[in-house]
Amino acid sequence: MTQIPARIMDWFDAKGWSIHPHQQEMFDRATDPATLLIAPTGGGKTMAGFLPTLAELAENDHSGLHTLYVSPLKALAADIRRNLRGPADEIGLPIRIEDRTGDTSATQKKRQRVDPPHILLTTPESLALLTSYEDAPRMFSGVQRVIVDEIHALAESKRGDQLMLALARLQSLCPDLRRVGLSATVEDPNAIARFLARHPDPCQIVQADPGPDPDIRMLKTQEMPPWSGGGAAYSIPAVLEQIKQHKTTLIFHNTRAQAEIFFHNIWLANDDGLPIGIHHGSLDRQQRERVEAAMVRGDLRAIVCTGSLDLGIDWGDVDLVIQIGAPKNVKRLVQRIGRANHRYNAPSKALLVPANRFEVVECVAALEAAKAHELDGEPRGSGPKDVLCQHILVAAAAGPFDANALFAEMTTAGPFADLSRAEFDACLDFCATGGYSLRAYDRWQRLLQRQDGQWQLRDPRAAQRIRMNLGTIQDTDTLKVRLKRNRGGKPLGEVEEAFAASLTPGDTFLIGGQIVRYEGLREMVVEVSRRADKKPKIATFSGTKFATSTQLSDRILRMFIQPDWPQLPAHTAEWLALQRDMSRLPQRDRLLIESFPNDGRENLCVYGFAGRNAQQTLGLLLTKRMEESGLAPLGFVATDYATLIWGLDAVTDPRPLFQLDALREGLDTWLAGNAVMKRTFRASATIAGLIERNTGGQRKSGRQATFSSDILYDTLLKYDPDHLLMQITREEAMRGLVDFGRIEAMIERIGDRIDVVRLDRVSPLAAPLFLEVGKVPVKGAAEERLLAEESERLLQAAGLGAK
Amino acid sequence: MNDLPFSFSGQDLRALGTGALWWPNRNLLCVSDLHLGKSERMARRGGPSLPPYDSQDTLTRLAADIDRTGAQTVICLGDSFDDLDALAALGTAEKLSLTTLQAGRQWIWIEGNHDPGPIGLGGSHLAEYTAAPLVFRHIAQPGGQSEVSGHYHPKTRLKARGRTITRPAFLLDHDRLILPAYGTYTGGLLSSENVLIDLMSDQAMAILTGSYPQIIPMPR
Repeated sequence: MTQIPARIMDWFDAKGWSIHPHQQEMFDRATDPATLLIAPTGGGKTMAGFLPTLAELAENDHSGLHTLYVSPLKALAADIRRNLRGPADEIGLPIRIEDRTGDTSATQKKRQRVDPPHILLTTPESLALLTSYEDAPRMFSGVQRVIVDEIHALAESKRGDQLMLALARLQSLCPDLRRVGLSATVEDPNAIARFLARHPDPCQIVQADPGPDPDIRMLKTQEMPPWSGGGAAYSIPAVLEQIKQHKTTLIFHNTRAQAEIFFHNIWLANDDGLPIGIHHGSLDRQQRERVEAAMVRGDLRAIVCTGSLDLGIDWGDVDLVIQIGAPKNVKRLVQRIGRANHRYNAPSKALLVPANRFEVVECVAALEAAKAHELDGEPRGSGPKDVLCQHILVAAAAGPFDANALFAEMTTAGPFADLSRAEFDACLDFCATGGYSLRAYDRWQRLLQRQDGQWQLRDPRAAQRIRMNLGTIQDTDTLKVRLKRNRGGKPLGEVEEAFAASLTPGDTFLIGGQIVRYEGLREMVVEVSRRADKKPKIATFSGTKFATSTQLSDRILRMFIQPDWPQLPAHTAEWLALQRDMSRLPQRDRLLIESFPNDGRENLCVYGFAGRNAQQTLGLLLTKRMEESGLAPLGFVATDYATLIWGLDAVTDPRPLFQLDALREGLDTWLAGNAVMKRTFRASATIAGLIERNTGGQRKSGRQATFSSDILYDTLLKYDPDHLLMQITREEAMRGLVDFGRIEAMIERIGDRIDVVRLDRVSPLAAPLFLEVGKVPVKGAAEERLLAEESERLLQAAGLGAK
Repeated sequence: MNDLPFSFSGQDLRALGTGALWWPNRNLLCVSDLHLGKSERMARRGGPSLPPYDSQDTLTRLAADIDRTGAQTVICLGDSFDDLDALAALGTAEKLSLTTLQAGRQWIWIEGNHDPGPIGLGGSHLAEYTAAPLVFRHIAQPGGQSEVSGHYHPKTRLKARGRTITRPAFLLDHDRLILPAYGTYTGGLLSSENVLIDLMSDQAMAILTGSYPQIIPMPR
């Protein structure tokens, strides 16, 4: 098709709209096998993606599924369905447009498989599930186009890897399938194009006009930001003033807990009763939908939110974005700011609000980087093998398969283009037999090879179990929170199981902006009552915790060299000066280590500026060495700049801990036993199908029947340390959590220039670290000492005395 | 690994850090809920193929405890096998380990709810066993006295200076002693669950396993 059909052009004319150049270009390229569109928010991206579909459906009769649309958010799928319905009706296209997500009813889902709509809007998980059914070939026959929305977000996660495997499957079913990716502004469009394309086919990139530069500033406040803390409560009067001056404001937070606290505080100060809502991923779905609906109606002046609003749902007339807390990553900041002012070619407006003084420095660095158009990001390695294992099981659920054909199909997916046959065979062996060096499951193999060479499930009922455990999103174990039944039983949201375990009846915490009192646990539901009279404990939500990019870290270190800081507010400049005075400021070619007591523990703060993952690894390696030297470490926490280690004893000379040879030599064995590896193992083992999250019905009923994934890890480490899942865990850790290369680079850079400063209390720069989440416990001698102390105390308290 | 001496029904007993019970005066070692063959049973039922090393690991730990105590009598307090088919499917190496362990000592299998009477292995199979004044059975009975049992896989959780520590635990009151699960692939039931609160008296204590077992009032 060379021309946009007249009835569609007429519709544009009737609306008084013209077609954007990038929309035209996407149309012109409609027959290409793969096309990636990079466009800012509000650039008519969705229409650019769907225009060829509407044109083809307008020109030709098409029965069955024509276009699949995949987005990372359920809400986005529903939103697009509504936004597409209008134009389709007005153009006069009698087409069916339906969404299919975890929220779609079972009846509707069944009908969709028998009689699919022309356009199906779905998520990566729902699509993977669809490909696992035996009737997938029938349902997908004749599909022409697949549109992957927000592909820049999917490309950063295993959800995207899974999606690309599902597309490879689809392409086998429909060889003429054409792929379109819609992306926000990114630093490396070619990487996303490689990710999307059917390997080795090419993928053209269409760049929309990026529009004018955003108007980003720091929010001016009367009060100074505190030395530490993440609440930004000091900024509330100024934020309220901004809300009043704008139509609709989005107030972004980096974590759900911070959003809760901020929302609580802003309501206490909201004397004018401005309608303000809260939205984050731990809130009950109904609550979220209510807020979304109110937002679309224009009933709200502001929404306190987290990354759950990062992606492109059209929230109406947002004219200001406020980012509370340092943005951590310039690319994400720029994408978030795009949420404001949806009119194309008008500058979007944003204010940055640092939560504490270190974040002032980060915010200024991020502002400078955004102005210089310096986007950041780390390249992602090849696709992870746990996702591959899951996909093999999904393929088996759909029916018998030929290993050669499956391997050929998988390697057409961008993330798995470099997969070797040996790696594939190892994954297949794992899925079939468990892949253990002790061949114990000959009788009970999950997959069997038939006489004709095809692989199939030994027990066809296993297909159902595989489908129930499909997906790559790792929920930390969460428990639902609801009001106690005789008081209404209303669901409020979710908290982490570990947080729930720390509660005793009478404790209070914040959820959905309310203070609630913990009443008890009933059938694995946290029951609470409303309580407004006590200061709350804070709910710990997992939420994504962004890592500050290395590019930003380097900017900050460059800033530290300055004799004074005219670009920083006076209070922050004074704070840095105080740090320089009381201790030192970190430098790029030296390593600063502070040692000080705080709150009954001894602390060691190592300012490596090596990025969160490397600082995390450093924490693991250092605590392990400390444990061996009898220095009784209790745990550590890492940020992009520093690792803070606490323990029972002071470390007077940490220099010997930093011998690179010793660090490197022990890396493997040291990593083996630590909590981060166990966490990584748990995630990979769940994705690869070794641990089932859902076993249908029996989950949570008999608690003593389920056991910790740590036991599996320990067992493999002891008896089968080279097992595929242990390899995957190591690879995952190396790519994500370990980053030993940067530790080496740091140690080589600093040489013997290690400065140890002993202080009598926490330094200005170290204070914020105490509020970091993601603390890693060290289970060693210190824990046994603590246990002994606490037992003693409990016995005394019970009047039983010590023996 | 250390052990913790305590008194129950007038007898001096020791809780081993591994979760085994040692009665020095009778040279008697008692372990509960070994769940041998668990991985095999899960695979057989169409579940994931878990690392098939659990039976070997459980028996290795048991061998170490027997070796250390020199026990003359060993009581396996029920649910020793994940089910009877798991017993049948036990590998030759594991069967040999068991036979070696049984040689030269009295071995008692108490029936559990998973394994009513293991057959084809040495040792005596009993519904319960009395070594006065103590009675050994799998599941605690209402009104039981001087009773040693298992079944519930008790664990307990406490907070110490902000750290939450969870460990398998012995539960102990005037009338009964409940052993933690000894098997490698076993989880636990918190002492704060209603069923355990109801079972144990208000004065109940918990002994946490680990390198240095500790006794505390039972968290509820």
